[in-house]
Amino acid sequence: MKRDIILAGVGGQGILSIAATIGTAALSAGLYIKQAEVHGMSQRGGDVSSNLRIADHEIASDLIPYGQADLIISVEPMESLRYLPLLSPNGWLITNTKPFINITNYPEMDKLMIEIEKIDNHIALDADEMAKKLGSGKSANMVILGAASPFLEIDYSELKEAIRNIFERKGVEIVKLNLDALQAGRDFAEAHMN
Amino acid sequence: MNQKLMLLGDEAIAQAAIDAGISGIYAYPGTPSTEITEYVIQSKEAKAGKIRAGWSTNEKTAMESALGMSYAGKRAIVCMKHVGLNVAADPFMNSAITGANGGLIIVSADDPSMHSSQNEQDSRVYGKFAMLPVLEPTNQQDAYDMVHYGFDMSEKLGVPVLMRITTRLAHSRAGVVCIPSRPQNEIRLPGDHRQFILLPANARRQYKTLLLKQDTFEKYALDSGFNVFTDGENKSLGIITTGIAYNYLLENYPDRHIPFPVLKIAQYPIPHSLVAKIYNSCEKLLILEEGYPIVEESIKGFLNTGKTIHGRLDGTVPRDGELNPNIVAVALGMNDSRGKDIPSVVVSRPPSLCKGCPHIYSYNALNEALEKWSKGRVFSDIGCYTLGALDPFDAINTCVDMGASITMAKGAADAGLLPAVAVIGDSTFTHSGITGLIDCVKDKSKITIMILDNETTAMTGGQDSAAFGRIEDICLGVGVKKDHIFVLDPSPKHHEENLAILRQELEYEGVSVIIPRRECIQTAIRHHKELKKAEAMKIEI
Ligand SMILES: Cc1ncc(C[n+]2csc(CCOP(=O)(O)OP(=O)(O)O)c2C)c(N)n1
Ligand code: SF4
Repeated sequence: MKRDIILAGVGGQGILSIAATIGTAALSAGLYIKQAEVHGMSQRGGDVSSNLRIADHEIASDLIPYGQADLIISVEPMESLRYLPLLSPNGWLITNTKPFINITNYPEMDKLMIEIEKIDNHIALDADEMAKKLGSGKSANMVILGAASPFLEIDYSELKEAIRNIFERKGVEIVKLNLDALQAGRDFAEAHMN
Repeated sequence: MNQKLMLLGDEAIAQAAIDAGISGIYAYPGTPSTEITEYVIQSKEAKAGKIRAGWSTNEKTAMESALGMSYAGKRAIVCMKHVGLNVAADPFMNSAITGANGGLIIVSADDPSMHSSQNEQDSRVYGKFAMLPVLEPTNQQDAYDMVHYGFDMSEKLGVPVLMRITTRLAHSRAGVVCIPSRPQNEIRLPGDHRQFILLPANARRQYKTLLLKQDTFEKYALDSGFNVFTDGENKSLGIITTGIAYNYLLENYPDRHIPFPVLKIAQYPIPHSLVAKIYNSCEKLLILEEGYPIVEESIKGFLNTGKTIHGRLDGTVPRDGELNPNIVAVALGMNDSRGKDIPSVVVSRPPSLCKGCPHIYSYNALNEALEKWSKGRVFSDIGCYTLGALDPFDAINTCVDMGASITMAKGAADAGLLPAVAVIGDSTFTHSGITGLIDCVKDKSKITIMILDNETTAMTGGQDSAAFGRIEDICLGVGVKKDHIFVLDPSPKHHEENLAILRQELEYEGVSVIIPRRECIQTAIRHHKELKKAEAMKIEI
């Protein structure tokens, strides 16, 4: 088993919280992990990505080869498309549809959606909106993670446990908020993955 | 018991240094090396062991402090990014002649592909230049193990050891097995009390000692087990990898069986016998190096009259940039796998100054004050404020190396470009700007210097700044006239007075220093959160 995942977003959107949750879950499932992060210059509102590799055998490269990623998980629609050269032909694209506009020439949303829909395997959802409805926009990343959860090949219960562990310090309410967000994303994906 | 932790390559080095019994870590921040020192600063173990952990003013002061700790018999590690080693080059090169007493490791983190750097220089060249042993870990576990090994070697052979890492190893996380820690050294001065006095007579003797040690260094590199030759059944090609290039090679063989003989190099000087073994048994060689073609050049030789050697020099592998599994696949003649192209609607999203960043105001004001002059007279430096080069500011014309703003502006002013403006950050100013300012004062140079004081080293994540709250005192101290030093509040409500000062000082034909001072938004938010947390804790108590 191996799962090669590209996490994508904009500096400051907190994609590493998704990586940390998957990482924690994978670790307690006894899997090998490698995770290449981006630090430094690219964090000030620029595009950021992280290579997360999970496998039941030792992993050689820190970088995922082009054309071999099983999943792109993106918290921003335009950013999800930036990494298509890495996605394998039968990989899945999971993306937020809520744009993060900090440049003047941001493309029209319709045009981005056309490109996203060209990918056979895709799940696109407005995670910010869903998170807000559940009580806090801050848990949008967990909605996205939930939408990716059916494709991770990690037990759903391990993911929930990871969220409990990570957010425990912040109190039961925050844990519940994030678990609800995870579930909402998962429900959406299950309804749309045909 | 041995513990397995998920660590960045940088963190693996830091944890290993703590476990190997260092007494001090010295560093100036710089991507991708910063997390080594941050980890030790935050470590409870390090605190309990009273390990000296903190930021130095620049890489040179860090290197010299570490050398001093080694002189006293204790173990020290000094960390920097690759260009930092240029700044520390003088003590580094000379430390090869003095040798070490307590174990001393210098970590230099290279940034091939220049993710956040001005160049992609390869620190292994410095290792060869100084004739010191170099360790180049292939993965996070290696990085951990090599720090232990490096301290032992440093103490046994009495030399500093250079460890070279690259961005992907530094910033990638993997499981690392740690071993129990050992105690720090007691103070023990060098047996030869002249060892560290590099007067010519001593230096000549010491240099000969270093030359004599070269064979031992090579023997260590043969015996340590870090350089590994693995035979393969297909002798039509032999492959030599250095550092993390090995992982990219292995990635292309999902069953982990490479049919060709492979020499994996992770420690220098490279043992001749290992190279001879692969060279003699294979028809040709492919050399995969993360960085400059150093091994390739040395095996090829000037005349290149031997067997065919493929690598970066003949274009089998791109001449610049970092490697990845696909580049290696192509070099091996395998099919390249690539997904769909990036759709043309996707536009680039360059990094930019944060909303509310004090530098935004400073650049707007400077641009306005400079309106009446032609463009091309603003010499800047390295930090968040380098983003002033991009739209919508387009405010600066140079960024070369830390400190170069003041000195280049001085040179241009000397040439007659008036007014010449230098724009430098507070941390960059203390790193390398002060000496240039002394030159300006001495020559009464006609320049205007803006020291953008956001009270932190923001670019690398908000480390403390060496001259917090004392920038104007330093300027005064080195001789800038009091009535040409101004501290401004860089915010629109003071715009008229700020603009008047800027305009006036641009006309002044002498050294003037303008210090816009407001805290970086990111550290301000962090400090605010810390304060709230501290207050909440007080209430709980
Ligand atoms: C010799 C060298 N050391 C370290 C770095 C990495 N580096 C680039 S900018 C910077 C800090 C800049 O801080 P400051 O001047 O205060 O500007 P700010 O980012 O806070 O605006 C550092 C550490 C470098 N480029 N060169
Ligand atoms: S981190 Fe601080 S100094 Fe850098 S751009 Fe943001 S606010 Fe400005």
